[in-house]
This record gives sequence, C-alpha cells and structure tokens, in this order.
Amino acid sequence: MSEQGRVINYGDAGVEALRDEMRRDPSIVYIGQGIGPRGGNFRQTRGLWKEFGDDRLRDTGICELGATGVAIGAAMAGTRTVIDEVFLDFALEAITQIVQQAANISYMSNGKIKAPVVIRGAMGAVRNAGAHHSHTFYNWFANTPGLKVVLPSNPYDLKGLFKTALRDPGPVALIEHKSLYNAKCVVPEEEYLIPFGEARIVREGKDLTLVAMSRMVDLATKAAAVLEQEGVSAEVIDPRTIVPLDRQRITDSIKKTGRLVVIDESPSSCSFAAELLAIAAEDCFDELQVPPQRINSLPVPNPFSPVLENQMIPSVERIVGEVHKMMKSSRRKA
Amino acid sequence: MSERLVTERISPELLLTYYKKLLELRLFEVKVQELYRNGRLPGFVHLYVGEEAVAVGVCSNLETPDLVFSTHRGHGHALAKGVPTRIVLAELWGKATGSSGGRGGSMHMYAPEYGFMGTNGIVGAPIPLATGAALSAKLRKNHQVVVCFFGDGAVNSGSFHEAVNMGAVWNLPVVYVCENNLYATEMAFLRATKNTSVASRAAAYGLPGVEVDGQDVIAVHEVASQAIHRAREDGGPTLIECKTYRYVGHHEGDPGTDYRTRDEVQQWKQKDPVKIARKLLLDSGGSNESQLQAADQEVERLIDDAVEFAEKSPEPAADSVNDHVF
Repeated sequence: MSEQGRVINYGDAGVEALRDEMRRDPSIVYIGQGIGPRGGNFRQTRGLWKEFGDDRLRDTGICELGATGVAIGAAMAGTRTVIDEVFLDFALEAITQIVQQAANISYMSNGKIKAPVVIRGAMGAVRNAGAHHSHTFYNWFANTPGLKVVLPSNPYDLKGLFKTALRDPGPVALIEHKSLYNAKCVVPEEEYLIPFGEARIVREGKDLTLVAMSRMVDLATKAAAVLEQEGVSAEVIDPRTIVPLDRQRITDSIKKTGRLVVIDESPSSCSFAAELLAIAAEDCFDELQVPPQRINSLPVPNPFSPVLENQMIPSVERIVGEVHKMMKSSRRKA
Repeated sequence: MSERLVTERISPELLLTYYKKLLELRLFEVKVQELYRNGRLPGFVHLYVGEEAVAVGVCSNLETPDLVFSTHRGHGHALAKGVPTRIVLAELWGKATGSSGGRGGSMHMYAPEYGFMGTNGIVGAPIPLATGAALSAKLRKNHQVVVCFFGDGAVNSGSFHEAVNMGAVWNLPVVYVCENNLYATEMAFLRATKNTSVASRAAAYGLPGVEVDGQDVIAVHEVASQAIHRAREDGGPTLIECKTYRYVGHHEGDPGTDYRTRDEVQQWKQKDPVKIARKLLLDSGGSNESQLQAADQEVERLIDDAVEFAEKSPEPAADSVNDHVF
C-alpha cells in the first residue's frame, strides 16, 4: 500500500474513484435511490450530483428490480452504468436481472453483447441493523458464472478496485461493507488501478496463513498483532476479489506456513471459506501440517440484540482462540 | 376492411413485402415444428404461429440500428427485425453458425448486428432491459428507438410495473408492445387479472395506451408507426396491446387444448394474418394469383436454404465451452 497521499475514509475513496472515472468517461451513468442531491444513504455519492447533474446521477423510486434491469439494459446497449442497491440486501429484489441477464449475457450472446455494469451494494453487520439489512451473500454471487466479485477492505483498495470495475467489460459486483465507511487510510490523489485477481499480503508471517475478506481483514490483522505478542507469526492475506481469485498467492502462502485459517462473515456451509479449504486440500495437501480451519458467522439470521449479534459474528477473540488450538495440535508426521 | 380503405392505407408493393415476411415467419415455425417433432432440434421451442402480424407490423417501421427485445416466443421477432433465417435456424440447431454460436438456443438468441437484443427465457425480464437500452439511446441522442415485445403473462409481473413506470417518468424512446394471446402458458388472462385491458393500464403510468387487432398487419403497422415516430421525436413511450392468438400450444409438446376449446382455436384461425394479407392483395388487385405463387415459392426456397445451411453447419468445438463467460 502506498505511503504517499492523504488520509481519507472509505466512503470518500469511493466518491473519488467515481468522480475520476465519470470525468474520464462521459458515458458513465449512476442509478439508484437517494444518490442524487442527497449524496447517498452512506454518503457514497456525496457531491457528485452537483458536478454531473440529473442525467448522470439518476435517482429512482423504490424499484430495485426495474432499476437494476434498466442499468443492465443500458449497459448492453453501450452505456456504462452503476446500479447502487445501497444495501446489498436490496439486490435480492433484483437478483433475477443480475444472475439471469447480466451474468449470462456475454456467454448467451457468444461474446457479442457485454454488460459493463457495476452492481454496488453495502453488506454486513453494522450497528445492529437486524436481519433485513445485514446480509453478506457474496458467496452466492461468486457461485454465478459471468459475475466478478470485488470486496474492498479499506479505502485504498476501494478506490483502486472501483476504478478498475468502471473500466471492466463487466458485470462486476462491487460489495462494500457498511461498517467500513468511516475506516481511514492513506490514499493517493493521483491515478492508480488495482487489477482484479491480485490478492494483497496484508502482513507477512511464517507460522500460519489467515485469509480474510472485507471487514474481516481488520479483525484478522488485529488477531495477528495479538498473536505476534505471543510469538506466533501470522501471514494475513486479503484476496480483494474472490472472482477472479488469486489462487496462486493464497496457495503459495499456505504451502509456506502449512496452516490455514479463513475468516468469513458469511455462514460456513457452502461459503467462500469452504471454497478456500477445498482449494487448500486440492493444491496444498502435502504441505498442510494440520487440518485447515474456517471461522464463519453462525448460521442464524442477523439478530437485533447487540449481545446476540456479537455472538454470531467472528471476533478477534474467536480468531485468536482458534489459532491457539491450531498451534497446540501436533504437526502432521511426514 | 374494405378494398378502398386498403388502397388508401398501403401500396400493393408494400403489402406484398409484408405478406412475404408474414409467410416467412409462418413457414419458418412450421418447419421448426416438423424438425422438432422429428427429434432433429434439441431443447424447447415456443412457436409464434398465429401471431405473425404483430412482429411484421411493428418491425416494418424500424431501421437496423433500432433495437428489439423479445420473449421466449421470439423467432418471429428475430426474423421480422431482419435476422437471417439461416442463423436463426442454425441457433435452434445448436450449431456454431447460429446467431449465438450455439450457446443460446431458442430463448437466448442475440443478433445485435441486426438490432436484435435477444429472445429471453424469463417472462417480464426484457421490459426493464429494453427500458435501459432506451435510456442509453436517449443519453446518446442517436434517435434510436427500442421496441419491447412481451405477452399478457408479463403484464402481471413486477418487471412490467417497475420498468414501464420508469420509461414513462424518464420519457424514454421505447415502445412497449404487448402480444395479448389470452393465455400465459395455460392461465387465461381473465382468470389472472380483474382488468383485462392491457392498453388501459397505460393510464396508471401516464402514457398513451392503444389497442389494436393483432391479426391485421396493416392496422398494427399504423399504430406502431405512430408510436415509433413519437418515441423517435422524444415524445416518450407508448403501450400497444395487440389482440392475437397462438394456434399452437404454449411450447411444442403442449397440445394447447386442455385449457382452450377447439372451437376457440378454430375461430381465431378464421382471422389468420397470412390469409388476410393474401386475400387483401388479391381482392385489391395488388397482386394476381401467379405473382403470389411466385412469392410463396420464393419464401419456401428461403426456408429450404436455411434448413440446408443449418443442417450442414458444424457443431461448436467442444473445447470452446469456456469461451465468452466474461
């Protein structure tokens, strides 16, 4: 990550990416609810309407199915679009358009029609929003051929990945995390792009590999700091995009450390964590010293009660506890 | 319809063009039915037999850059928009020369080079897509018009409501064409909704709604001409309800008689769009019998050629299965 730049937050990094790209490419149109004069429910389009106006910042009524289909249809016809579902949960109203139309169109048309659309939504638990506003189903999207899935975990990555998404033939699901909007880091003002399919080594280590996405990267990093005090060196890897996936960098790390723990905010069954454990089994079987582990949210709808929701979601303590157990188990005999 | 009216409304040359197109759509589907029943074509097909005047009447107003979004019953829309019979049939055959290289088939057939933005396996889904394409056209100020076909089954879906509402409020260059063939698969329209006038629903969105006899190619052409002109001149969308009927079942394999009476099917066949156009040409003196026979043979040759082309075309290479996912 660059040392040059200013410290800005995640929300503003997204705005900066959009502003840059909308200036560069006059065809980009942004569609969603409350994204015009209001500047977005999460301030995720703050100031853009003033510069780009009604034609390019198009507020809609509450009609995710129609609006998402409109964004996809416009993209098929040659206009690059962003459809902001605001809460990723609301993408469910439009899932048929995303999965059946956008994701399939390149293949069904033999590559003749592309849908350069970014499907943007904020996921995850934040301030006890309850079951209807907290889902994290990026693994569903990752299971849909034709859809790219981007999970920025910090402002620097959000800006670079969003800009790449806005130049991609698409469709791209850009999934932010609601509780990261105020997260800050150094972000360069100048142009940079982060290619899809390039994982980031958040910190290097030699004893075990922690793979985490989105907000879980922060937890994994904090857990790694605690473990370091105890003399355990954890490598933290953020895939950044799960489709396409940087399989090489992840499996290189697993082979190096011999231990894998995946931290994933979705429930474990058929999750992205399950996919990574499968990859570890396929590619790193001989190097694994102990069975790989996954730390997921419990398979319950997000509860409202802070006590219950905290119980549901992975925590630094849970990660550290699992690593302790793993480090105590004996190395596999050769 | 009187002879006098016909000659005022349309030239014999133009009517002959429409007649040939109607016959092309009809004979194409009859051939597909035969090939399908003989086990030659894979997949599933929904045939357009009986509804030809809608596609021909509407698409005869369009230029190649104009866009059409179609349905699961869309072979006729593709042909009417100018997609060659050869590549439509090759696609139904799953061949590499098909409009989607064999990756699509009947319900996922795309030919953007002819302004054909696809049949669609999901009822209602093309309505938002077409509305979006119209947004793109409006923003690019290219005078392109988008036509969206859908059936009576789609108008009770949320997609219809949300998309037509957006098309209206943004004043987009799109024409919504409902082919009301009275049945959504097996569900009679009057059992599915209290308000059986699709055209009247336009009022809910603040756009014009027009009802037209979908078996009369001239009537459809005229109504569509006004709507398309209006859209092209930035006058906004129109909802057209074409009253029509499919002679066949919902898909090949459905006899279509469990939920409809044979009498009803026979009655609609009295209003056959191909026969109406043929009779009009003869009665008005626009064409004589031998001219029409020559036209018939021309269309038959076109279909035979498509069969030969599709049959002889290569299959897609098996190792190309991963191509074009992204």
